Amino acid sequence: MTAPLIVLAWHDWLNLFSHFLLLSLMSIGGAISTTSEMHRFLVEQHHWLTQAQFNDSIAIAQAAPGPNVLFVALMGWNVGLNAGSTVAAVFGVAVTMFGILIPSTFLTYFASQWGHRNRHLRVVRAFKQGMAPLVIALLMATAWILASAGGHGTADWRLWLLSLVSGLVIWRTKVHLLWVLGAGALLGAFQLL
Amino acid sequence: MPFAHLDAPTAPCRPASLRELFFSFTWLALQGFGGVLVVVQRELVERKQWLTHDEFVEDWAVAQVMPGPNVVNLALMFGGRMFGLPGAMTALAGLLAAPLVVVLLLAMLHTRFAAYPAVEGALRGMAAVSAGLIGATGLKLSVALARNPVPLAWCVAIAVTGFVLVALLHLPLLYVMAGLGGLGCVLAWRRLRA
Repeated sequence: MTAPLIVLAWHDWLNLFSHFLLLSLMSIGGAISTTSEMHRFLVEQHHWLTQAQFNDSIAIAQAAPGPNVLFVALMGWNVGLNAGSTVAAVFGVAVTMFGILIPSTFLTYFASQWGHRNRHLRVVRAFKQGMAPLVIALLMATAWILASAGGHGTADWRLWLLSLVSGLVIWRTKVHLLWVLGAGALLGAFQLL
Repeated sequence: MPFAHLDAPTAPCRPASLRELFFSFTWLALQGFGGVLVVVQRELVERKQWLTHDEFVEDWAVAQVMPGPNVVNLALMFGGRMFGLPGAMTALAGLLAAPLVVVLLLAMLHTRFAAYPAVEGALRGMAAVSAGLIGATGLKLSVALARNPVPLAWCVAIAVTGFVLVALLHLPLLYVMAGLGGLGCVLAWRRLRA
């Protein structure tokens, strides 16, 4: 086992947990819309994750079956690994996943029952419709941050082109996402990116 | 409108037990590569007929509005309506447990083989594709802005400002959410008066 890259004290774990509790409440449109905030917190502010680990967490979760929110588990996993052990990694998964799920789960469970009964109310409709422009802005911001974080130097334009082309393909056609992901993986594996 | 079917008939079938609920959500989660929404619709509405189409559309709208992952919210709402709080927790566990194990196994494989340039390159390629996918989802959803009670010019202004503040200036999300999200809600509220 190599020396840990980072040292996390109990108050750091608590800080991580409380930050994900807060992110949970902000994750309207899905956990993915808080990705830029996770990046700011984990990579830029605390240096608990490297840029490559951040990107890999999202790429692996996208490639795997299941809800996209599992990229959050991988971020916790990698923070734990950086702190030095597999036990810490499992702990990291628990911290980030419970953090991102608990507040939104309780809020959604009780509010959806209330909202279902009162869905004709003006305040319910205003909230639902009024958030829409920002939800879309957050999705585009996430795409931008992921695309711009990809590579360095001369290879950059190829990654941008791949993001652009795959975005257009998925937007305009009914091609299954797996084919596009597979094509991206192959291009990268053969060092064409 | 989603509330047009207040007295519409409910779905013909329902899960018989918590066990069936758990494994149904596990099964659909394991089929969902890159996005579970399509699978949820096909399994719950078309195959099992646990939800009518209208119920699904309405639930999905609420799931998107509430904080938290959309599919997770949908599972909570559906499980909750079937079996109360135990149902909500069972659907949630079914949706997450098996895929969590799969994704961690993939991550461990990745750690072991990350030194190979081919693996590193493949992930870089997939990350670029993921960025494109998320952008495409944003573009698909942006069509709905034309029907939004908030005037289109305001929608575009809020979306562009939000993008600049978050993607380029890296402002904390909470402030952007309170400011621009609040503005959108107020505009929608005023327009819905009529």
